[in-house]
Amino acid sequence: MNAAMLRLIGVRLLLGALTLLIVSALVFTATELLPGDVAEALLGQSATPDAVAGLRAALHLDQPSWKRFLLWLGGLLSGDPGRSLVNRLPVVALIGNRLPNSLTLAGITACVTVPLALTLGITTAMWRGSRYDRIVGMGIIGIVSVPEFLIASVAVLVFAVKLRWLPALAFRSGPQDFWAMMRLLAMPVGTLALVGIGQMARMTRAALLTVLESSYIEMARLKGAGAIRIVLVHALPNALGPIVNAVALSTSFLLGGVIIVETIFNYPGLAKLMVDAVSTRDLPLVQACAMLFCAAYLSMVLIADIVAIVSNPRLRQR
Amino acid sequence: MRRHRISTVGAVALAVVVGWAVAAIFAPWVAPYPPSRIASREPLAMMSAAFPLGTDYLGRDMLSRILFGARYTMGIALLSTSLACLMGVGLGLTAAARGGWFDMAVSRVLDAMISVPSLLAALVVVSSLGSSIPVLVVSAAVIYTPGAYRLARAMAVNVNAMDFVAVARARGEGTLYIVAYEILPNMILPVLTDFGLRFVFVVLLLTGMSFLGLGIQPPNADLGSLVRENIEGLSYGAPAVLMPALAIATLTVAVNALIDNLPSRRVAETAR
Repeated sequence: MNAAMLRLIGVRLLLGALTLLIVSALVFTATELLPGDVAEALLGQSATPDAVAGLRAALHLDQPSWKRFLLWLGGLLSGDPGRSLVNRLPVVALIGNRLPNSLTLAGITACVTVPLALTLGITTAMWRGSRYDRIVGMGIIGIVSVPEFLIASVAVLVFAVKLRWLPALAFRSGPQDFWAMMRLLAMPVGTLALVGIGQMARMTRAALLTVLESSYIEMARLKGAGAIRIVLVHALPNALGPIVNAVALSTSFLLGGVIIVETIFNYPGLAKLMVDAVSTRDLPLVQACAMLFCAAYLSMVLIADIVAIVSNPRLRQR
Repeated sequence: MRRHRISTVGAVALAVVVGWAVAAIFAPWVAPYPPSRIASREPLAMMSAAFPLGTDYLGRDMLSRILFGARYTMGIALLSTSLACLMGVGLGLTAAARGGWFDMAVSRVLDAMISVPSLLAALVVVSSLGSSIPVLVVSAAVIYTPGAYRLARAMAVNVNAMDFVAVARARGEGTLYIVAYEILPNMILPVLTDFGLRFVFVVLLLTGMSFLGLGIQPPNADLGSLVRENIEGLSYGAPAVLMPALAIATLTVAVNALIDNLPSRRVAETAR
C-alpha cells in the first residue's frame, strides 16, 4: 500500500459518501412528492383540526422541508429513523427483526451465485464464439429477460406441485433443523441465483473480453502461449478489477430479484417488510428500508472499487 | 459486409415482436370475450376449445385478458421508454454540447440515480404518490433516464470531437444546427438499440410492480397483475398463472434476441 493508492482510495470513499448523500436526498424528495399533507392523509377526513395540527408538529411537518431532511438524515445517522406510521413501533426494531433472515438469504445466494457465475463468465470468454459460448449466451439472455416471478412460478410448479420435493409457498418461521431450513430456502435461493448468475456471468465475460482484446494479450498469443495460460496468467490479473466491479454491479439486479422472491415465497425478510410498508404507505419504514438497500449496494460498489485499486499491478510499485 | 441481412433467430424474434404489437393494437377486435366478463362457471380451468388459455380465478377468459393486458404493458412501457430516451438524449446532448459545470452537476446527480435499483426507486415513489398509470409512466421514465443519458452523452462527446463537427463549427453553424444535423444522425442507431433494451427493462419493472400489487390497479390489469390475481392457481398448475408470465417472457426475450441479431449490432457494442 503506498501513498498514491491511499489517495485514490480516499477519493473513492469521499465520492461514495457524496453519492449516498445525493441518494438520500432523492429518496427523501421522492417520498415528499405527495401533494397535500401526510398528517391529513393519515388521520382521514373526519379528523379535527387540533388532531391534525398535533400530528403535524409530532412529524415536524410544520418545519421547512430542508430542515426536515436534515432532521431525518441526522436520525438515520444516529440509528433512529423514527417510528412506523402504522403501528407506532420503532423502525429500528422492525428492521432488526427481519435483517438476520435477509442476511441468511443473501449469504447463501452469494455462495451459490458467485463461483458459478465466475466460472461461466471466464470459460465463455476463454472460448469466445464457440458453440458452448453461444449456447450459454442464449441461455443467459433468456434468463435475464424473463421476469423473476416466471422463474419462481415454474420452480414451484415443478418442485413443489409436480414432484413434491420441496414445500410450496408457505414459509413457517420458528425453530427448525438445518435440513428443513435448507429445503425451505432451496427455491428462493435457486430463483435468485439464476437471476444473479445470468447478469454476473454476462458482465464478467464482457470485462474479461475487453482485456483479451488489448495488445499485450495479442503479444502473448503471438509468442505462442496457450489459450488457458493467456486467460489465467496474463488476462485475469488485469481483469480482476473489472470482474469484481461486474459482481458488485449485478447485486443491483439481485436486489430487484429479492423484492419479488421474498414476496412470492412469503419470506420474512427486509424486502417483504418494505413491500408491505409501501402498500400501507408507511413512509418512515419505506425510507429506512430504501436507504438500507442503497447503502448496501453502494458499499458493494465501493468495496469493488477499492479491490480494483489494490489489485491494479500498475499502482503497486511506485 | 454492408448488406443488411438478418439471421433466422432475428427473423423469428422480429415476427414475435410484431405479433405482440398487432395483438395489443387489435385486442378489442381479436379477443373472443370482453376481458371482464365472467364467461365460465369453472374458475382456473385448463385449456379448452372455448377457452384456449383456460379461465382465471373468477372464470374470465384468459386469452382475452392477456390480449388486453398486453395492451397495458406494451402501451405504458412504450410511452415510458420514449419519455426516458427523449429526456436522456436531450440532457446528454445538452451536457456534451455545453460541458462545464452543467455537465458535471447533471452527470453526478444522474450517476447517483443509477445507484438506486429500479424496482426500489419505483416502490419509494409509489409509497408516497400511490399507484396510478400517470405515476407509473413518469416514474419509470425518470428511473430509466440516467441510463439513456449516459449512452447519449458518451456518444455525443465522441462525435463532437470529430473533424466534420469542427468543420461545421468553422462554417459558423449554431449549436442547435450542429446537434440536430451533425451529431444526432451519427448516434441514432445505438440510441435505437438502447431504446429496445430499455423497453425490456421497463416492461420487467412494470410487470414486477403489478405483480407486487403496486402497479396497474384493478379493474385494469396488465400482464403482471394477471399473474398476481391468479397466483392461488399455482398449486393446481392452472394456465392462468403461467400464461401471462410466459406472455411477458416471449415479448422480452424476443425484443432482446432481435436487438442481439440486428445487422448493426457491432456499432452498438463498440459504442457501449
